[in-house]
Amino acid sequence: MSTELVIALALITPLIGSIGIFLCANIPNLRETITLLSAGVLFTFICFLLHQISNGQNASFRLFEVIPNLMIAFNIEPLGMLFATIASGLWIINSLYSIGYMRGNQEEHQTRFYICFAIAISSSMGIAFAGNMFTLFIFYEILTLSTYPLVTHKGTPEAKAGGRRYLGLLIGTSIGFQLIAIIWTWFLTGTLDFTPGGILSGKIEPTILPFLLALYMFGIGKAALMPFHSWLPAAMVAPTPVSALLHAVAVVKAGVFTVLKVVVYIFGIEFLSSTGASTWLIWVASFTLLASSLIALSKDNLKARLAYSTVSQLSYIVLAAALATKLSILGAGLHIATHALGKITLFMCAGAIYVATHKTEISDMDGLGRIMPFTFIAFAIAAFSIIGLPPFAGIWSKWYMALGAANLELYLIIAVYMVSSLLNVGYLLPVVARAFFKPLPQQLQASGSKSLREAPLLCVIPLCITALGCLVLFFFAGEVIDLLRPIVN
Amino acid sequence: MTNWLHHIPILIVAVPLISAPICVLFTFGANRKAAWLWTLLVSWFAFLCAIYLLNHVLENGEISYHLGSWKPPLGIEYRIDLINAFVLLIVSGISAVAVPFGRLVVDREIEPDRQILFYTSYLLCLTGLLGVTITGDAFNIFVFLEISSLSSYVLIAMGVRSDRRALTAAYNYLILGTVGATFFVIGLGFLYMVTGTLNIMDLSDRLMQLADNKAVHAGYAFIIIGLALKMALFPMHVWLPNSYTYAPSLISIFLAATATKVSIYVLLRFLFTVFGFSFDFIPLTLTFIFLPLAIIAIFFGSIGAIFQTNIKRLFAYSSVAQIGYIVIGIALSNTIGLTAAVLHIFNHALIKGAIFMAAGCLVYRVGKLTTDSIRGLGKEMPWTFSALILAGLSLIGIPTTVGFISKWYLLLGIMENGWWPLIPLIVIGSLLAVVYIWKIIEVAYFFPAPPDRAPVSEVPIELLIPLWILIGCNFYFGIQADITIGIAKEAATILLDNRP
Repeated sequence: MSTELVIALALITPLIGSIGIFLCANIPNLRETITLLSAGVLFTFICFLLHQISNGQNASFRLFEVIPNLMIAFNIEPLGMLFATIASGLWIINSLYSIGYMRGNQEEHQTRFYICFAIAISSSMGIAFAGNMFTLFIFYEILTLSTYPLVTHKGTPEAKAGGRRYLGLLIGTSIGFQLIAIIWTWFLTGTLDFTPGGILSGKIEPTILPFLLALYMFGIGKAALMPFHSWLPAAMVAPTPVSALLHAVAVVKAGVFTVLKVVVYIFGIEFLSSTGASTWLIWVASFTLLASSLIALSKDNLKARLAYSTVSQLSYIVLAAALATKLSILGAGLHIATHALGKITLFMCAGAIYVATHKTEISDMDGLGRIMPFTFIAFAIAAFSIIGLPPFAGIWSKWYMALGAANLELYLIIAVYMVSSLLNVGYLLPVVARAFFKPLPQQLQASGSKSLREAPLLCVIPLCITALGCLVLFFFAGEVIDLLRPIVN
Repeated sequence: MTNWLHHIPILIVAVPLISAPICVLFTFGANRKAAWLWTLLVSWFAFLCAIYLLNHVLENGEISYHLGSWKPPLGIEYRIDLINAFVLLIVSGISAVAVPFGRLVVDREIEPDRQILFYTSYLLCLTGLLGVTITGDAFNIFVFLEISSLSSYVLIAMGVRSDRRALTAAYNYLILGTVGATFFVIGLGFLYMVTGTLNIMDLSDRLMQLADNKAVHAGYAFIIIGLALKMALFPMHVWLPNSYTYAPSLISIFLAATATKVSIYVLLRFLFTVFGFSFDFIPLTLTFIFLPLAIIAIFFGSIGAIFQTNIKRLFAYSSVAQIGYIVIGIALSNTIGLTAAVLHIFNHALIKGAIFMAAGCLVYRVGKLTTDSIRGLGKEMPWTFSALILAGLSLIGIPTTVGFISKWYLLLGIMENGWWPLIPLIVIGSLLAVVYIWKIIEVAYFFPAPPDRAPVSEVPIELLIPLWILIGCNFYFGIQADITIGIAKEAATILLDNRP
């Protein structure tokens, strides 16, 4: 099978899946089988592509010409491969979890849910394999539109308000800033292809380069740089599997992935670091990083706390991209993977707690650890990984990003990384501590602990798998770095 | 055979013109369906002619057809280059999909004994618009402009189910349209006085030497203002919202997609071909009058649209804004900007055609078009509303739609001129479009249906097919844009080539 064909198949498999889901709307078991089947098939394709690229093979193909010289084009390269692997792999796990969650909660409109989910995955594949900024932008917008019905899934006024903010900010920034940046790039260079070493070098006055960078960075609203981050907490009204998708699998990762793509292939690391155009971004990202960690500390709602934690973690990646050194870019790429595993675990835990006990506030979670040991142990592992404690994967990405800062002798930035790690401890570990070390409240004990038990198996197994993933990735982080190394050389 | 094809330039106008009185004859049998069928055939014939002409121009360059074999500048010349061949295609193409849509809605909206006359007026309107576009004679433009305007006053006045508000709308349009036409003809008078010719090419040649002539300046001013009125450029747009709102659905579709576009085409003709930058205050008018007005139009139209509660009027205001975008393209007066303008003439016809068709479907089922009356209809009329949303996305300019292509070129053109401050204005304009499209989506999908409303069913397939054909075009030409871009670019080059 030719590599090009596999890329095309990877793009359409989720779409075919969504048609199948639509046709089997009335047979829930078959419908869910189709979701899992297409997730499995997709993952197989992605593994094949991963194998190809680690053998040093490249492939690209063009669909058609939209505007003269501007194609819908796809290719495979290490960064996109990493994103595609994460998204497709976690789709399988998230689907299992969704089945448990959606059935456990008896949610309505499940068919629509699975269809939109599949389309969102398909557009993530499009983003991962986009061969130029234009193609990426198209799939970026499709991703926004296809996740909107997921965010407003509950249909409550709160969900609508959240959805409005979600759509407004993401569409607004992408049309308002990103599109302008893309057209500007096209105007300056006459190309939008992702080219190693960037395309802008020598085509633009260094003095206006920071403005172009700003249009890109704020235009990629999915990376949730302040002040355009509030869609993320607002989107928390969605069912938990969606939050997991938004925060760990597709949406925010698509955002930071786009940031890395732009920095590496449009600007070029060397051009960016030699002009110093990203200095301002270092400070904006640092500010977002610390401010959102502080906000996370103040949230009692678990999902809201995790949302702000995501905003902060995304800024790690943007900050690393702004540093524009080889090590920090590698660290940023790795952080996409480590944070994805950690955060999806945390969200699935939050969902499992909700399914089992209908509790959303952290202060109500006293003593639940003894009732739901698996969930809370997984939560603890993911929290350790996010904080960056060995032997969990999170340490490696932070390690590389901090090394990047050290290379530039930016000690203040290293301090930022350290302070934020402490803040991570501050907002994640109390959840675990309350659950394990505080006694169960009186009235819950009175009502009998029989009514309280671990979440359904389909909820618990996926989150255990991803928690285990955090551990496994600690030992295999070198492989990921090896995969990514070509992008900085 | 070739001999017959040679006469297509006149047939595309003459056939609709002659078929209008023939259409009246159907009153004898009171055969409404035959009148509709007749209109349909004529529309399709015009569409085929337009395709043939465009092809011919693309392959063999411009056509000059001499009426009655009288040589120009004495005789009337029909002159078809890429620009008007393209506009002919737009006008006849919209008519070709709108008329099939029309049978059911006209049956519903127009009293039976008036329907045949309705179709007659429609044919005259079509004739007028095609004639304005194809002719190479300035006075001929005026004549056809009046044919199309007079028939559209009548058509608008018929209103949806004899809605009396349509009468005042038509009356307003009549007054302002006549003022516009009069200005235009006075301007022509000035030019004729100085040059003694009415043929456009000839005018253009002779005006070269008359750049300092005060009469030419006056003529220029009259013509530009007359046309600005006809194309509803802010602040001369006041006739437009009510006319589009209260006109019968078929007329809203047809006029919104074509009428103002044809006037814009005439403006392009006069600015670039007739006056051809022969005197320096054309760039001045473009930069200091048209550009500011266009910007105000974008904001006035978009913000106005946000506050409307009637859906047709909402989109009428949006049309005011969209004309602003086209005029910005013209005001840029570089190749890319004009490409954007010509592209958007085509693209906006597709967008607004689709939108007003969807509105027509709503009128067909619901009657009233206030935001209250469409509450919760999204689930009951899924095809109509998904079409409306897709057309709305195209209006906003989401990638893969035609609206995106227009915006892309418009922004490129602005960058080419280095008019950076305009960019945020355009961006805010399209975000305002997000707001008013969003308003409709929210009402249709998220608001519960009023409890006292009887269940509404989807419109018949006969209405959905034309609607979805237009939606399909919105996406086809958004993905395979090289065809339209190629034509628009060529057209822009032709327009600018005339510059000495």
